Amino acid sequence: MKLEVSGLNSFYGQAHILFDVALGVGAGEVVALLGRNGAGKSTTFRSIVGLVAQREGQIRFEGHEVAREPTYAIVRKGLGYVPEERRIFTDLTVEENLEVGRQPKRDNAAYWTPDKLFTLFPNLGEMRNRPGGRMSGGEQQMLTIARTLMGNPSLVLLDEPSEGLSPKIVEQMANAILTMKKEGVSILLSEQNLHFARLISDRAYIMERGRIRFSGTMAELEARPDVRDQYLAV
Amino acid sequence: MGFYIVQFLTGLASASALFLVASGLSIIFGVTRIVNFAHGAFYMLGAYVAFTLTERLSGAFGFWGGIVLAALAVAIIGVLVEMLLLRRIYSSPELFQLLATFGLTLMVEDLVVLIWGPDDLLGRRAPGFRGAVEMFGQNVPSYDLFMIVLGPVVLGILWLLFHRTRWGILVRAATQDRDMVAALGVNQKWLFTSVFGAGVFLAALGGALQIPRDAVHHALDLRIIVEVFVVVVIGGLGSITGAFVAAVLVAELNAFGILVFPKISIILVFLVMAVVLIVRPWGLFGKPEAAARKTPGLSVRPWQPLSQNERIAFAVGVVLAALLPLIAGNYALAVGAEIAIFVIFAASLHFLMSVGGLASFGHAAYFGLGAYGVAFLAKIAGLPMIVCLALGPLLGLFGAAIFGFFAIQLSGVYFAMLTLAFAQIVWSIAFQWVPVTGGDNGILSIWPETWAAGPARFYWLSLAVAVAVVGLLRVIVFSPFGYALRGTRDSLLRSESIGIDAKRIQWTAFVIAGTAAGIGGSLFAYLKGSVFPDNIGIGLSVDALVMVLLGGVETVSGAVVGAIVFKALSIWLVSQTDWSKLILGGVIVLIVVAFPKGIVGMIETWRARSDAPSSKSAALAASQPEGAE
Repeated sequence: MKLEVSGLNSFYGQAHILFDVALGVGAGEVVALLGRNGAGKSTTFRSIVGLVAQREGQIRFEGHEVAREPTYAIVRKGLGYVPEERRIFTDLTVEENLEVGRQPKRDNAAYWTPDKLFTLFPNLGEMRNRPGGRMSGGEQQMLTIARTLMGNPSLVLLDEPSEGLSPKIVEQMANAILTMKKEGVSILLSEQNLHFARLISDRAYIMERGRIRFSGTMAELEARPDVRDQYLAV
Repeated sequence: MGFYIVQFLTGLASASALFLVASGLSIIFGVTRIVNFAHGAFYMLGAYVAFTLTERLSGAFGFWGGIVLAALAVAIIGVLVEMLLLRRIYSSPELFQLLATFGLTLMVEDLVVLIWGPDDLLGRRAPGFRGAVEMFGQNVPSYDLFMIVLGPVVLGILWLLFHRTRWGILVRAATQDRDMVAALGVNQKWLFTSVFGAGVFLAALGGALQIPRDAVHHALDLRIIVEVFVVVVIGGLGSITGAFVAAVLVAELNAFGILVFPKISIILVFLVMAVVLIVRPWGLFGKPEAAARKTPGLSVRPWQPLSQNERIAFAVGVVLAALLPLIAGNYALAVGAEIAIFVIFAASLHFLMSVGGLASFGHAAYFGLGAYGVAFLAKIAGLPMIVCLALGPLLGLFGAAIFGFFAIQLSGVYFAMLTLAFAQIVWSIAFQWVPVTGGDNGILSIWPETWAAGPARFYWLSLAVAVAVVGLLRVIVFSPFGYALRGTRDSLLRSESIGIDAKRIQWTAFVIAGTAAGIGGSLFAYLKGSVFPDNIGIGLSVDALVMVLLGGVETVSGAVVGAIVFKALSIWLVSQTDWSKLILGGVIVLIVVAFPKGIVGMIETWRARSDAPSSKSAALAASQPEGAE
């Protein structure tokens, strides 16, 4: 397993948010973390990269326990994180945004340069000097992913990559994720959109109220309409 | 005409030094969110160290090398301060870092006197820039011309640094969203340290470069820090270009203000700052800051009215305090009365800061207005004491109503700076309107009448008023108005969306706090028998902030404890040692490190821990996972 999480409990102040979350991502796999709004998907991601201060449990990345390490150290080991709110640096240009994410080459992971990323996301190549604040939502979403890839991660946590995007951009996003997979990047993505997840994922977990309720391959999930109705239908 | 051009050039030369210091403060704030009060102290240290080095080292290299070495040496001190002190308190409540850097400033003020003595020092002239150049029939010091060129050159270097180096790009990114920078694998620790070091280097360089123009003395820090705050706020926090433009503006206002409006020269700059902030609340080049998303329940333990036991403890405390005249002498009673007055003052600021979330840096204005109100009524109108005490604070109320109306349009650091500007305006009026206020000589012999005269009686009066004011403020905290005010503090948007007129609530809170401070000031005038512009000064505003922060912002009783501890300690230290500032500053720094939540905050944490060691998990499970994701 590339990433193995077990017994993860997280708290915001007095509120207990995650309950004994356990999940794993194999090398080269694309795994979807599904669930409705508020199920705890983002908190799971934030906990893995150490952005939630109060958390307990084991987080093993490439065989190393990282739960006690600060965020930057976890990320530097090759665990990339793309937040849901995009959080582009609006004052910085596209190229400068990429520069912030740049990390040294890693032996066990694909190596990304701005030029290579501009072939993956051609839109970005046409606006290298544009400030992040003057880009559309879809362009910003691509830039956040490109920015994280500049760190040459071997695994990426993608928080709701399709959220709020037009169908055409969603399709581009799915293709980009499949290209990343081809390059050998393992991916854990959170989604509310089952259709989108189905396009790209090998396996899925379903969360509800801070707990993992289902785990299986996409085919197994297909065979369980009851699970989909109970935890995903709106 | 020539004279005005030369005056303009002098202004530009001052602007360069101001810009160096302000740009350093601006980038430190941008990245670390620390309002570095010690920035003026680093500026002063730069000047002192440069004085020594340029005296020791000979020749042109000795001079210029000495300047650069001085800035580097002070930058290293800055790096050590960041690593040993500030790193421990980044996660402390907002403004706590301000308290720490204030403690440092106090220490440096005494240290420079210990090392370099109390006298003004005149530095060497700069080799190659000793003479003057004749322009428009006037002599312009050639060093001024050097400074005029230096400012834009430094601006250019900083621009290149921030746009052409990875470090600069990281700094700009962190200024906007430092958590995201960490989530991209950047070690914030070193980024913060390097930014702090760079900012201190600029401050010290600014100070070092001033030695050929100005005498070096141990009050340089406060003079520059206020001007630099003004520059940074006018320019917009985090904007280097803004700092440059604002530095020119402020320096020219200073240069010409004295010629055109000699009567109001001191307040001119603050007047301009107030206008800029009202028209453009984020400064000329600043950007509106996205309100930080606070996770509810993280920092503030919900306040509760006192329990039965706490009520009894409080009553016992008041009774014991009331019994003090039975055992204490006159001096102790005078000190006790002063402490009681400062409890009122601190509690009023605390009400505004912690309940309203509005940290005023100029709260002394309303304290001082209350004091002057009493002085006018007693000396000019000749009214009896009880009437003066009742009506004097009204001046504080009026001041708070006028200034508060503008101040509450802003928030955060900009609110703090606008309140500072208003306080400086009030101070300048008291200082410069000599026929009415007596200027620096103040208004003398305001003595209490017989019923309140004598240390014991006056002490009882002060204590009674303090208990009444603090009690009243507490009642307000737990009233519907108090809840509404806390609502506006926690989320302006949400409180407005449930029909709370947020601005009106905040304005009312500002007026309440100003009036309470005015009550303290009224008593203070009778305690001292006189009023001076110092009763409005920045020093007093900062003292109040320190008391509140020391006690703990997030507690209801913090201000009372903070005021007692701080005031008692400072009065005692002044009586015991010549180096009271050094020790007081050191104690503040230690307290900040040892009690990162304030004294009362720490006690409450201990109590909460010992109260419920086993029920923690139950409480956690019971609470709703609201705001998950």
